[in-house]
Amino acid sequence: MKEYIFDCVVIGGGAAGMAAALEVEKSGFDTAIVEREEHLGGILLQCIHNGFGLHEFKEELTGPEYAERFAERVQASSVKVFLESTVMELSESGEAAGMHELHCYSSVYGVFLLKARSVILSMGCRERNRGNIGIPGSRPSGIMTAGLAQRLVNIDGYIPGEQIVIIGSGDIGLIMARRMTWAGCKVHAVIEIQPYPSGITRNIVQCLEDFDIPLYLSHVVSEIRGKDRIESIRVTPLKNGIQDEENSFEIKCDTLLLSVGLVPENELSRKAGIELSPQINGPLVDSFLMTNKKGIFACGNVLHVHDLVDYVSRESRSAGSNVVKYLNSTLTGVQNKVKAGANVRYVVPQKFNFQGDNQFYMRSMIVKNGAKVEVRAGNIIIKTVNHNHVQPSEMISISIKKEELEKISGIPDQQLEISII
Amino acid sequence: MKYDIAIIGAGVSGASIARKLSQYNLKTILIEKEADVSFGTSKANSGIVHAGFHTSWKYLKSRLEIQGNLMFDGLQRELGFPFRRCGIIVAAFSEEELKHVQELYRQGVENGVIGIEICSRERILDIEPKLNPDVIGGLHAPNGGIIEPYRFVFSLVESALKNGVELFLNFKVEKAVRSRGTWMISSDDGQIVEADYVINAAGLYADSISAIFNAELFKIIPRKGEEYLLDRMSPAYPNKVIFPVPSGKSKGTLIIPTVEGTMMVGPTAEEVEDKEDTSTSTEQLNRIFDFSRRIIPSISERDIITSFAGLRPALESGDFYIDVSQKAENFIQVAGIQSPGLTAAPAIGDYVKDLLKKLDCSLIEKKNWDPFIDKVPRMRNLSHYESEKIVKENPQYGNIICRCEKVSEAEIVEAVKRGHSTLDGVKFFTRTGMGRCQGGFCTYKTIKIIMRETGLSYNQVTKRGRNSKVLMRKLGGDS
Repeated sequence: MKEYIFDCVVIGGGAAGMAAALEVEKSGFDTAIVEREEHLGGILLQCIHNGFGLHEFKEELTGPEYAERFAERVQASSVKVFLESTVMELSESGEAAGMHELHCYSSVYGVFLLKARSVILSMGCRERNRGNIGIPGSRPSGIMTAGLAQRLVNIDGYIPGEQIVIIGSGDIGLIMARRMTWAGCKVHAVIEIQPYPSGITRNIVQCLEDFDIPLYLSHVVSEIRGKDRIESIRVTPLKNGIQDEENSFEIKCDTLLLSVGLVPENELSRKAGIELSPQINGPLVDSFLMTNKKGIFACGNVLHVHDLVDYVSRESRSAGSNVVKYLNSTLTGVQNKVKAGANVRYVVPQKFNFQGDNQFYMRSMIVKNGAKVEVRAGNIIIKTVNHNHVQPSEMISISIKKEELEKISGIPDQQLEISII
Repeated sequence: MKYDIAIIGAGVSGASIARKLSQYNLKTILIEKEADVSFGTSKANSGIVHAGFHTSWKYLKSRLEIQGNLMFDGLQRELGFPFRRCGIIVAAFSEEELKHVQELYRQGVENGVIGIEICSRERILDIEPKLNPDVIGGLHAPNGGIIEPYRFVFSLVESALKNGVELFLNFKVEKAVRSRGTWMISSDDGQIVEADYVINAAGLYADSISAIFNAELFKIIPRKGEEYLLDRMSPAYPNKVIFPVPSGKSKGTLIIPTVEGTMMVGPTAEEVEDKEDTSTSTEQLNRIFDFSRRIIPSISERDIITSFAGLRPALESGDFYIDVSQKAENFIQVAGIQSPGLTAAPAIGDYVKDLLKKLDCSLIEKKNWDPFIDKVPRMRNLSHYESEKIVKENPQYGNIICRCEKVSEAEIVEAVKRGHSTLDGVKFFTRTGMGRCQGGFCTYKTIKIIMRETGLSYNQVTKRGRNSKVLMRKLGGDS
């Protein structure tokens, strides 16, 4: 079997993988990206709408444009890219301590083995599907995830149906409501189980309101009907969390798109013995974005699902620079715990350190105007940041400077707790 | 075309009969109304090779179950379908249930079930540690097993075709006339098949087929079973197929480790009117999970990948009806093949062959009958070194299309070459789209491979035939 040795292997060549690989390569380390598709860019390539890059490039780009900027840098660099190659197994080397092995399958390169001292997980996420949310009814053709529809329309040029209903107001669903309308289809409704939208406000306005597409909050699809092809759905409002059957109604459609959440893609990680967070399904990481396996780091949507690719790039660069320190054996520092406090669903990373600045990402469990994000260590308030509005669909990030932690640095085993109040 | 034998219905019964008859110098045609074989009851069931203790040997279905069970190891060697004798247990949670278990045990002994044993609490928890510790004992039948039902049917049909049987898909029998000693069978779109003998293995529609041939009048009562498939990462994956102590008509809701590593809970049992009603419901979902959790507490709705429902083609009598028709000439009924039809299927093939003898059908064995079919390598079962070798021979094995179930392009191409040209057909042959993402990442790739290999255009690719199209139009028109 062909073997190649690198300092760092990055799994996945999407936004996260490219940013992380470039950061590692910059310091002169032999770096490789393994990507299963024919091109670098990942899911960005099918996101032909704009709105990408406002933080990263200070201009508004489409997904493919954003991807292209990074892909060009990768191509100009010494990063070795294995396209059309799938990592089938990630394991620890039996021969040398601290080495990782990746068995890869490819129709181009055959079956080959990569060995590396460090690995970056950047496989992205996948969409939740019908089975995950248990929609009852028949199982006809014409039901698919919004992301699959997006791929079919934007890359392959096929329209999966004409009369559309979308379940879930996640961002992909909203974007697809607009996309299908532009393609000449009729989008009859977006159905959301929560009393608030799951997508970001910008998309609600630009993708639904601008096209008069009704959004049904606190409604569920209670039945799918149709034999060969989907014919209609039954929609039922929720009253105090209980289905109000009396007020349910039917919508005729030939296509049902699902935008009901994203889940980090971690089958490979799990098999490699990497500990995952039960809330997020992404790896548990320390303040350097390193997993419980020494030398294996994670960034991007494989770690937790982001709203903005700009944040993915930032997080991934940070993972990359930590890999550099790891390879230089300068990645040291005591790791202390960070806890999700009141109204916070999760915080990533789950550890912090006193050696440098710490960047945290989190999601709110509540919708609130005039909220405060509060970071405390016991009774000591480290930092408070005001937010005009918080909601579960908008990721919150907070950075804590090294100096801000000085007041608690003397106390051993200090924990941080981040709350929304 | 003139045939000696026409078998109507390419489910597990029809397929078993077709393969059996392929051993003889007969011209046999297998007729199926759907776009692929195994698309009816045979695709949507629990995939269990039953042990033979649930019913008394006085029932035909029980005798064929016991005989069929014994035939699976030999068939697996020849046909290579996924099958494992993992064993079956019945878990008892009360003294009353334990009494019932003892009756099942006596029945099993009487039926000749090999290796059947009564278990103490310690013994049953030892062989199935996932059980709720409240269990007080039970039954263990090590001869029971699990199988991929559609792969079993596919392999039977492939073997039959290899040995000269012909297959007509999308042929819905509408009319049949007996004239000059043969049956003239017409489809709804005007195709005609002529055959001396007809075997009615039409599953849910065996009653209408019987009526079309002016044979016996009976009614098939569809009994729906909903099943839920759980992720292979579920902590509840058991060693054994677990039955509750049966009450009433059905064997109860089971917990099933599938042979490919996922797990299943179900089925329910509910009589329905509509023979196409394979819908699932929230009430049954809740019932199944509440019930199953009492047996294995770690079962969770969170692990659901997908759900499906199948319809058992039951007769009032509850037994199989396999016999020569008393009314229609040279017509054999294979009806009411509900559970344990999958287990009994190989024996049904033999049984029907013997019924043909009664009708003076000449059965002369072929000299060159080949029991084996070519096995398709499955990437998920190969070591890295085996994979390296096969990818060198055919690089398409290196192109992993389905990440969840590790299916390569080459396997999909093989499926299409073997006639499985719908998305569901490819899925059942290869498992692509059957994993946790349910086709989210692989569907567009599979569609393209089907188009490339068959020459079908985008709007001819379907989920499962008829009008189940996947793509409606091309962006910017067809030009």
